[in-house]
Amino acid sequence: MTKSDSIIKISKLNKWYGKFHALKDIDLSVGRTEKIVICGPSGSGKSTLIRCINRLEVHQEGSIQVDGIELTDDIKQITEIRSDVGMVFQHFNLFPHLTVLENCSLAPIWVRKKSKVEAEEMAMQLLEKVRIPDQADKYPGQLSGGQQQRVAIARALCMQPRIMLFDEPTSALDPEMIKEVLETMIELADSGMTMIVVTHEMGFANRVADRIIFMDEGQIVEQNDPESFFKNPESDRTKLFLSQILDH
Amino acid sequence: MVKGIIAFGQYFLLDKIVGRSPSNIYQNPKFRSAIIQAILVFIVFYTFYSLYQTTVFNLEERGIKTSTSFFDQVAPFKVGFSPFLNFELGETTYIEVFYIGVLNTLLVAVLGIIAATLLGFFIGILRSSNNWLAQKFALIYVEIFRNMPLLLQIMFWNFAIFLAFLPPPKQSLEFGAFYLNGRGLQTPVPIVENNFLFKVWLGILIFSIIASFIFRNWAKKRRDQTGKSLPVLGISLSVIIIIGISSFYILGKPFAVDLPVLGKFNFKGGGQLPLPLFSLWFALTVYTSAFIAENVRAGIASVSKGQIEAARSIGLTRPQMVKLIIIPQALRVIIPPTISQYLNLTKNSSLAMAVGYEEVVAVWANISLNQTGQALIIIAMTIIFFEICSLFTSFILNIYNRRIQITER
Amino acid sequence: MTMNTVKFEKLPDRLPPVNTVGWVAWVKQNLFGSVSNTIITLLFFYLIFLYIPPFLEWSVFNANISGSDRSICDENRSGACWTFIKVRMEQLLFGLYFAQNPDQMWRPIMAFIVFGGLLTPLAIDRTPYKKWLLLILLVAYPIFFISLVGGGVFGIPKSDASEWGGLLLTFTLAFVGIVLALPLGILLALGRRSKMPVVRSFSIIYIEFWRGTPLITILFMASVMLPLFFPSGVEFDKVVRAMIGITLFQSAYTAEAVRGGLQALDKGQTEASMALGMGYWQQTIFIILPQALRISIPSIVNTFIALFKDTSLVSIIGLLDLLKIAQNSSRSLDWNGYDIEAYMFAGLVFWIFCFGMSIYSQKLERKLDTDRNVE
Ligand SMILES: Nc1ncnc2c1ncn2[C@@H]1O[C@H](COP(=O)(O)OP(=O)(O)O)[C@@H](O)[C@H]1O
Ligand SMILES: [Mg+2]
Repeated sequence: MTKSDSIIKISKLNKWYGKFHALKDIDLSVGRTEKIVICGPSGSGKSTLIRCINRLEVHQEGSIQVDGIELTDDIKQITEIRSDVGMVFQHFNLFPHLTVLENCSLAPIWVRKKSKVEAEEMAMQLLEKVRIPDQADKYPGQLSGGQQQRVAIARALCMQPRIMLFDEPTSALDPEMIKEVLETMIELADSGMTMIVVTHEMGFANRVADRIIFMDEGQIVEQNDPESFFKNPESDRTKLFLSQILDH
Repeated sequence: MVKGIIAFGQYFLLDKIVGRSPSNIYQNPKFRSAIIQAILVFIVFYTFYSLYQTTVFNLEERGIKTSTSFFDQVAPFKVGFSPFLNFELGETTYIEVFYIGVLNTLLVAVLGIIAATLLGFFIGILRSSNNWLAQKFALIYVEIFRNMPLLLQIMFWNFAIFLAFLPPPKQSLEFGAFYLNGRGLQTPVPIVENNFLFKVWLGILIFSIIASFIFRNWAKKRRDQTGKSLPVLGISLSVIIIIGISSFYILGKPFAVDLPVLGKFNFKGGGQLPLPLFSLWFALTVYTSAFIAENVRAGIASVSKGQIEAARSIGLTRPQMVKLIIIPQALRVIIPPTISQYLNLTKNSSLAMAVGYEEVVAVWANISLNQTGQALIIIAMTIIFFEICSLFTSFILNIYNRRIQITER
Repeated sequence: MTMNTVKFEKLPDRLPPVNTVGWVAWVKQNLFGSVSNTIITLLFFYLIFLYIPPFLEWSVFNANISGSDRSICDENRSGACWTFIKVRMEQLLFGLYFAQNPDQMWRPIMAFIVFGGLLTPLAIDRTPYKKWLLLILLVAYPIFFISLVGGGVFGIPKSDASEWGGLLLTFTLAFVGIVLALPLGILLALGRRSKMPVVRSFSIIYIEFWRGTPLITILFMASVMLPLFFPSGVEFDKVVRAMIGITLFQSAYTAEAVRGGLQALDKGQTEASMALGMGYWQQTIFIILPQALRISIPSIVNTFIALFKDTSLVSIIGLLDLLKIAQNSSRSLDWNGYDIEAYMFAGLVFWIFCFGMSIYSQKLERKLDTDRNVE
């Protein structure tokens, strides 16, 4: 992976919440179509890191470049980057007052200025892709958790993003629903999307990831391809973490 | 009868206390519940009947025969403010006084609801703004005005502030074509000169408003199909205004606006909200707006952080997010309690008596009752009026809640 | 997995760049975050500058408090006339009877002190035996209050309720209202959830009837109709009539507050006690009500705040409550022209009580919320 190939470039990133130092000297570059899985104990700064990428959180030091654009306070640029970066949340965050179809077509209509017909056509296609086209006219409250998360994925995809961020997309789901969401994500990965996924689903990581990043205490402790990561962890911290989550 | 009740009571209570096992018909729950209900119906109706009997008897002893015949008698007192029905001392009957009172209540209620909604939303938005000073100002406003009796506030504004400090008519405070002074608020009023042409003008105006709705639907369809949007509100408003003004001149000024003009001692022309009405309106607005502001704050706070993050993550701009995500969700929380506040405002307008505004409780439940002594009918009519307002409010609330439920789950 | 590993080294925590924390950053974010934010801030600064200094000058720095008649205030009109409030304080707080009999003033003062002594521990979290305290406050205290303030027993001179006034009357009306309305409200709330259609519809009609009518109409009804309802010979004092009207009115609102608590209880509770073989009343009194009431305390306090403010309406039917005495004083020859001071004082007294209670009810609500989340 050469430098010109990277779509996200983060260097010397530092982030504080008040006086709490949440991210420390993060350096990371992500190549086009690369799939990265981030794991680490709770509170280690995983969410904070990916939320900095679409500026849901503001960083204080260092720089983040997405597709060549540096993240600053410029609202126009932020909006542009956000429409190129899709995000899926742990708790779905679907809009409860809109139908599934409206959830998906909202941003294409208002941000991409597409016609409603066109936006809905595409939304239907993507709902088919995540295999819930028959729920299009229901409200989010009427769906199961797994279905809601797949709608959330479709909603993000409707903006035709170049990068997808996932923040623990399966950890609020019952076990039987985790599989359907992971399958959808695997299909997405196979289609060549650039993805950064925070998850503890190590099976998924092994199958999909080009690189696994382990974070602790706001730092990147180590990063490696799945095989080396699982077989030969470099850091004692990683080893401890793996033994904890792989045990049960 | 009495024995029956005692027997019933024994079975009923003994069973409860001792917990006897069911052994006979009295223990059968269905039978028992039927008996209890029958006795309750009997007691309630008997009480009402005897109260009614005693009241009618007592009234008759005072020389008052309860009947509605006083409706058509001429009211021997003056009602100063009746903008909708003409009041003539010596001609207007009691029932017309009732109508005047009802209309005056509705007038101050409508004025108050409009003003309190605007002010309440404004304060509520300040309360939720990210400016610290604005937040604290709104907080202080809400906590001051909702924690003092409304009656005290009405009297404070009327007696301590407006009556004491508003200037005499000659030095009225000017707000455009409105003048405020110690007698009240002078307002412009339209005078219709040529009736037919005025109707034509009104027709043109209504037509252009309808046309603007058609235009709006067309623009929405166009946006759905092509994605191109138009500033619908701006276009509609300017077209309506242009049509309204130009047709006004083309038709040869079918009506004039009567502006208040300062004469030697007082204003001539225009209309007047007398000071009691103005004070009442002012106090009701300030008081109710504090409650509405709190509803608005709660509504905005009810939109979760996750919703806002999701909206930002799909690239909506701030105004889009406010319009498409925050307002629709917040309104569902804001509207029901705010409708209840409208009812409260209407009921609270009865405090007008303290400052002498002539609404239904003052002219009907107080003056007319004192004059005629027809307590039973007058109080009943007053209560029925407010109960109708209350039922109407519940009706609207139910419709709204049902609509929300359909769209939500 | 046997390869040697490197020990993880934690980078030291650094402090954030200075311009992002501390008061400078706070001011920048909360006052001057954007252009519109800055404009709003400047506007508020301007308003504060315009109104606060003159108000403080009037109410504090130039205010009159010395002397015992209006002459001082009349000389210095640039400040408020707190002398007026000082001179009329006894009347405003205890009404004409006690103001005219200063040797008896200890009675209402003591009643208030005992009330405060009972109420304060109730507002503190860790007080033991809260239920018993509450019971004393609701049952024993009213008796104590009536014998002490009303007199006529133990050689204490009699003072009829009709002679009470000021804050004492306001307080009495509100307290009587809540104490009597509580049991009535509980019964109505249970009735509204009863399985018997007649009981349910009577409860609904009763509750909605009182809630739909303004209190002032009810007070009129109480003062005009009540004497008509009973055979001649039965006489009610004006204050008692107002109390009856207020109680009936308040019971409807209390019922709705209690119903909220009943609804919040989950169904499981009833089923569990059914399984224990309890009858309806046993179940209700021992299992359901204690919990439902606990949940509904904040709403009950809120209805009480509303009632406390609403008692001022009795001034319209001619009772001398705090508001009426304030108004009358400001119209007396001795003090006319000082309306603002009178209303401001009365307003402040009402405000302190209502605001205090609303803080308490908000605190309780938060506590209930966290309790429920923990469970
Ligand atoms: N909005 C916030 N304000 C203050 N501290 C926060 C905030 N969000 C997260 N933190 C803190 O930052 C650290 C990292 O949080 P997060 O990125 O959510 O961790 P993770 O996603 O790895 O569990 C945690 O210690 C958390 O308490
Ligand atoms: Mg997280």
